[in-house]
Amino acid sequence: MNKVYSSPKTLVDVPMHYCPGCTHGIIHRLVAEVVEEMGFMSKTIGIASVGCSCFCYDYFNFDMVATAHGRAPATATGVKRVHPDCLVFTYQGDGDLAAIGTAEIIHSAVRGEKISVIFVNNGIYGMTGGQMAPTTLPEMKATTSPYGRNTALTGYPIKMTEMLALQDGCVYAERTKISSIATINRTKKAIRKSFELQMAGKGFSVVEILSTCPTNWGIEPLKAIKWMEDNLEAYYPVGVIKAPKEVE
Amino acid sequence: MAKKILMKGSEAIAEAAVLNGCRYFFGYPITPQNEIPEYLSKRLPEVQGTFLQAESEVSAIYMVLGAGAAGARVMTSSSSPGISLKQEGISYMAGAEVPCVIVNIMRGGPGLGAIQGAQPDYWQATRGGGHGDYRLLVLAPATVQEAVDLTYQAFDLADKYRNPVMILGDGILAQIMEPVELPEASKQLPEKAWTVGKNENRQRNVVSSSYPKVDELEKVNIRLHERYDQIKKNEVRWDSYLTDDAEYVVVAYGSAARIAKAAIKMARAEGIKVGLLRPISVWPFPIEPFQKIITQTKFFLSFEMSTGQMIDDVRLAIGNERPVYHYGRLGGVIPLPEELLAKIKELIKEVQ
Repeated sequence: MNKVYSSPKTLVDVPMHYCPGCTHGIIHRLVAEVVEEMGFMSKTIGIASVGCSCFCYDYFNFDMVATAHGRAPATATGVKRVHPDCLVFTYQGDGDLAAIGTAEIIHSAVRGEKISVIFVNNGIYGMTGGQMAPTTLPEMKATTSPYGRNTALTGYPIKMTEMLALQDGCVYAERTKISSIATINRTKKAIRKSFELQMAGKGFSVVEILSTCPTNWGIEPLKAIKWMEDNLEAYYPVGVIKAPKEVE
Repeated sequence: MAKKILMKGSEAIAEAAVLNGCRYFFGYPITPQNEIPEYLSKRLPEVQGTFLQAESEVSAIYMVLGAGAAGARVMTSSSSPGISLKQEGISYMAGAEVPCVIVNIMRGGPGLGAIQGAQPDYWQATRGGGHGDYRLLVLAPATVQEAVDLTYQAFDLADKYRNPVMILGDGILAQIMEPVELPEASKQLPEKAWTVGKNENRQRNVVSSSYPKVDELEKVNIRLHERYDQIKKNEVRWDSYLTDDAEYVVVAYGSAARIAKAAIKMARAEGIKVGLLRPISVWPFPIEPFQKIITQTKFFLSFEMSTGQMIDDVRLAIGNERPVYHYGRLGGVIPLPEELLAKIKELIKEVQ
């Protein structure tokens, strides 16, 4: 029998700590597959930040730097400036990137820093136990918005990728989702595009991936995917937000 | 012998960094240390280095973490309020064992304070500064020449101990111009097998301060603590002036020590036997030189441009053997040698 599929060498063969129904595992796999397919395993440096994905340095089988909440783009800047020939990406959640790390992410885009940003958005703080994030939808319940997000009190969900796309240094920004084989494939393509543009020296790019958090949403995994598409996607439409001509 | 040239303290610090292989600088403007980034923004491109002005001190210190993790010799500089902002990243670097050099040109505080030179951040510098149980190696130059020599050494020490090293100066040191002799440019930098980068021929490297298993984290803390013990053993630096026959000893570091020296000369001219003990490494603090002169000394006077912070270390060094007093001016007011002399005389009267 021919082996038709195997785990990429760019993933460490250990059980992941993610909850059932969480899409981080799929996204890790996509990133790892792209690194392997591009032949970059020995020259990729990932930057882990803080949140559910903070232990991704245990899962990606290449050099990793673990840094503080929100600071991954600054850390990636330091790494990339020393190793311009390496593929450098940050892996950040929405609590990390869209709240405490707003300045670092925006200014990395402003500088056209040649890094890729994998931005996993599930509209909630996962690791700390389901608190309200800047991306939490209006009326959505979280442990620090127990009555539902009150926009009069806390404002409106932040649209980071649109904001990043506005910067001249950002060459590529796309929002995808993890909900089906088709959207998983679409996400993988976006990750590859981002990595290719980085290695071609084009500039900063971001792939925002709409994700689920069944545990903290309090919704079963399959229903969570539907909830994500009905609600998160309604606020954060998927699609290419900015791309260089050859990509469009 | 190299030629002596006239240099401003801040620019001399910057040049010393370049001479010992620093090729990356990340910082954010703040007075009174702006001449360091300004100098390097011009100088680093000449040696194929990178100067990058960050959007904040917070971002700058994480760029330093990234470049340090990637194996480069890297520096940042700031002044008191900016150093406060960097503390989170400094703690992460201590935990991830990433070497770097941090220059703190202190000014008056708390809060926004004032831009004049002061010494109110001794505690912050010598107790780690950020969260967690860690230490920085902290060197406090008193002259521009010493700033050059210590900055140069700081890069070697940071690499040797895989720990951030701080140069603790003040607005006076940064702004003063003095003749200096520059050291020769270093030719060979140490190999670093632990850094991230291209990894064809080795196992992958992870640079991280994250240790979710408490047993493991305890071991890391013990390992770091043992390294700090090595630093305490090997890297104590201090200087003294007229302590051999001194009955009274002024303790001062950095710019304050220069003022103290002037006051001691005046006192000696009047026949008062005063000496100066000047810690150069403020962490590790020089304990031994204190113990050697305890019996001959009637009192110690900690002279600082703060309300008295180093005085804690002086007391720890001598225990309850002798009285320890403090004198200083605050908020950026520069004390005059005459004031210190008057304080010495007043204390002599008191103890008699």
